[in-house]
Amino acid sequence: MRYLPHTKEDIEAMLKVTGVSSLDDLFDCIPDDLKTKNTVDIPESLSEWELNAHMEDLASANIACKKYKCFLGAGSYDHHIPAIIPYLISRSEFMTAYTPYQPEVSQGTLQGIYEFQTMVTELLGMDVATASHYDCGTALAEAALIALRKNKKANKIAVSSLTHPSHRQIIHTYTSPAGYEIVEIPYTKEGLTDAGALEGMDDIAGIAVQSPNFFGNIEDLNAFKAVAEAKKVLFITSFTESLAFGLLKNPGSFGADLVAGEGQSLGIAKSFGGPGLGLLAGTKKQMRNLPGRLIGKTKDANGDNGFVLTLATREQHIRREKASSNICSNNGLNAMTAAMYLATVGKIGIREIAQQNHDNAVYLKTSLEKVGFKSAFNTPFFNEFVMKVPEGFEQKRNALINDNCTFAGINLEPFYPELKNHYLFCATETLSKDDIDQLAKEVQ
Amino acid sequence: MSQQPGKSGLIFNEPMLWEKSREGRCAISLPKSDVDRVDLDPELTGDAPELPQLSELDVVRHYTRLSQWNFGVDSGMYPLGSCTMKYNPKTNEVQASRQGFASAHPFSGDEFSQGALALMYNLEQYLATITGFHAVTLQPAAGAHGELAGMLMIHAYHAKSGKQRSKIIIPDTAHGTNPASATLCGYESINVKSGEKGILDPETVAAVMDEDTAGIMVTNPNTLGLFESNIRQIADIVHAKGGLVYGDGANMNAIMGVVKPGEIGIDVLHLNLHKTFSTPHGGGGPGSGPVAVVKALEPFLPVPRVVKDLNSYKFVTDCPDTIGRLHTFYGHFGVMIKAYAYILSMGAKGLKDVSTLAVLNANYIKESLKGTLNLPYDLPCMHECVFNDEFQKKDHITTMDMAKRLLDYGFHPPTVYFPLVVEGAFMVEPTETESKEDIDQFINAVKAIVKEAGDDPEKLKKAPLLTKVTRLDEVTAARKPCLRG
Repeated sequence: MRYLPHTKEDIEAMLKVTGVSSLDDLFDCIPDDLKTKNTVDIPESLSEWELNAHMEDLASANIACKKYKCFLGAGSYDHHIPAIIPYLISRSEFMTAYTPYQPEVSQGTLQGIYEFQTMVTELLGMDVATASHYDCGTALAEAALIALRKNKKANKIAVSSLTHPSHRQIIHTYTSPAGYEIVEIPYTKEGLTDAGALEGMDDIAGIAVQSPNFFGNIEDLNAFKAVAEAKKVLFITSFTESLAFGLLKNPGSFGADLVAGEGQSLGIAKSFGGPGLGLLAGTKKQMRNLPGRLIGKTKDANGDNGFVLTLATREQHIRREKASSNICSNNGLNAMTAAMYLATVGKIGIREIAQQNHDNAVYLKTSLEKVGFKSAFNTPFFNEFVMKVPEGFEQKRNALINDNCTFAGINLEPFYPELKNHYLFCATETLSKDDIDQLAKEVQ
Repeated sequence: MSQQPGKSGLIFNEPMLWEKSREGRCAISLPKSDVDRVDLDPELTGDAPELPQLSELDVVRHYTRLSQWNFGVDSGMYPLGSCTMKYNPKTNEVQASRQGFASAHPFSGDEFSQGALALMYNLEQYLATITGFHAVTLQPAAGAHGELAGMLMIHAYHAKSGKQRSKIIIPDTAHGTNPASATLCGYESINVKSGEKGILDPETVAAVMDEDTAGIMVTNPNTLGLFESNIRQIADIVHAKGGLVYGDGANMNAIMGVVKPGEIGIDVLHLNLHKTFSTPHGGGGPGSGPVAVVKALEPFLPVPRVVKDLNSYKFVTDCPDTIGRLHTFYGHFGVMIKAYAYILSMGAKGLKDVSTLAVLNANYIKESLKGTLNLPYDLPCMHECVFNDEFQKKDHITTMDMAKRLLDYGFHPPTVYFPLVVEGAFMVEPTETESKEDIDQFINAVKAIVKEAGDDPEKLKKAPLLTKVTRLDEVTAARKPCLRG
């Protein structure tokens, strides 16, 4: 096997040094009755070339071919990824390193993630951003826990019903064993979270609202900040489409205390939903409550600038059962990817790409309206929106996937049973006018 | 020193991204817009974020230079104990980047995602047969996330049986993630000490196990690199009081094909695909932390689950006792692809060879260095061995000094000051992919450093001398945090 370097002579020489007579005897410290009598049922090893063939068979059994057209969003977005991103992130000095515990030989990771933290704070208008989390859902659950732990009197968290359904489920999974509850804030007929419904909600430790929300609509976050201030609870915002902040006002400008987000749009492949990139940011006041790694700037013994992991006293390897979280590995390489992407698009590129997302989405919506689709909500959106589809759409949609590798929208009924025949559509900069015209023609 | 891999060379300075920024540059090829521009209400829009403005070469050179300041497994031996820094095969990266995988949208629908579902289903089956368990979930995104999943299942199991418990037993050799994960479930950690031989004594567990204790978290092999040979008796004690046994499988690389944890009394076990199954650590992730369980815990697995229906695959969420969802979609699918490719490349025999050679390498280092460094537990080890700086105390040289000096010799240092049960721990895990020559170089480097400790201790105090930066002021970094530029 090409990954195993030992020759017969090496093994003999090494066994001699260890004083063990055979390779099997290396396991003499394990009692015989604990050793398995059963085989490991795995196919015989494949050569690199056999593996290629097998994997291409599996990959092509997914419908995601070269002429793939993606009108799907809902937390995973199809964006252009410049060639330099996979090229640079494949540098094995980044890819095959561990968490930067030895800063003297990890300055590449450390400066890169420090720059990531900086650009995320800029994008979101926040003071502090962590070195990443698994995904938006888990980052949001950690934010909810910060609010719940801080507020000793309340054991509930108010979460918008237009927060991504998976994220709400994750918050439930993370918080219910400790006896916490989620109260869902209903939505209005405009497809927005009903701020008025919060008035009757007492004993809450925080308010969490996603914007743009799961329907793609842009929430009025000022209204929620006002309620959070009146109730003296933490205001948490989340988002699944980071590129929205190339155009929209950032969460910091609305006074968010904590922000959880998904960074997959920043140069990371969809990859069937993971690994993505959890973003977590807070105000300076929340700095020591944040879970996960933080990189800080410092000097070395010669007075030169350098970077280190810092504020580790919040973390599990120091604090053990008193840690702010159990997180150890994060999604560091994807954070580095996102940093590369943000540096590549820059101030000009992010604005233009965000605008094109919005323009394409508006054009798609108008085109669908012309062929009998009905707009579900007349509310401003970024690159996603909900439409009530005409009869027979589902069959046409399936045919489009099989024949043209075109995925037209996501059925909302499984998530919101009241929304029968409603689909969530998304358009990004990867689609052209022709692609949209073609779709409208096929589904009419 | 001339025989060692460490050598100084030209290293470039590189400023922060924003110091290179010049108004008007942009490094991305912007698509041409062919639809009308529609302005959003100005009330909703903000200024463009102040991101750096660079050319494409600026970006390429920036990250190329940064990468050169890093040390990875591809650079040299990385014997970081408990982290299993084995070689990350390049074909695995090729597999994960295939269009059919990388472009697949998570909401494409089961019917149109059969390749991804088949891969996940088969990987679950392979991990089940490797570990001897009944069922597996791939959803947890990292080892600690897997631990949380496991603890949530234990919590749900006790809740279902009608009486929740309040405590969990955790040995002093455990990873810090263990008590932190238990806390998330509201369990109080009961810390127990390992015995004189570095492993848990059944009597110690029996003394604290009661009917208010949810179970025990055991790492086997443990973080001293020793096999917990009393595991069956310990499991019997815990089971007799209605508790469950959580296995931390971070060290599975030592026992593949030799021990199946599911056959020796463990009820739930997490794996780290980024350790045992060769997927890259990425400077801190993304990892993947699948969890394997016995039949009694299967109903509690997170949803969605992958099931096979004749010859097709689908996700199911209709599991009334599930702990719920842990990830927005299905976990780190991209990492699963790499682990799956690795398992198929190795085959069953290959995986057993992996463990055998990992154990051989560790024992070879242990025997070769045990006169040079103090070995607190002089016992046959598994995949790693733990020394400390006891012999160097007379020269006022610490584990940290030796670790830093190793950098100059061209090696990543071992894990230091962990496990906590060994003062000044120096924890070496070579993994199976290091050759005898590279290991001999490492051994010689450690011996040379120990000699320097006696001859020229000041040199060790100043080390590292060849790296881009030398020892950093971590105290000021934490006292006056500067977390953004």
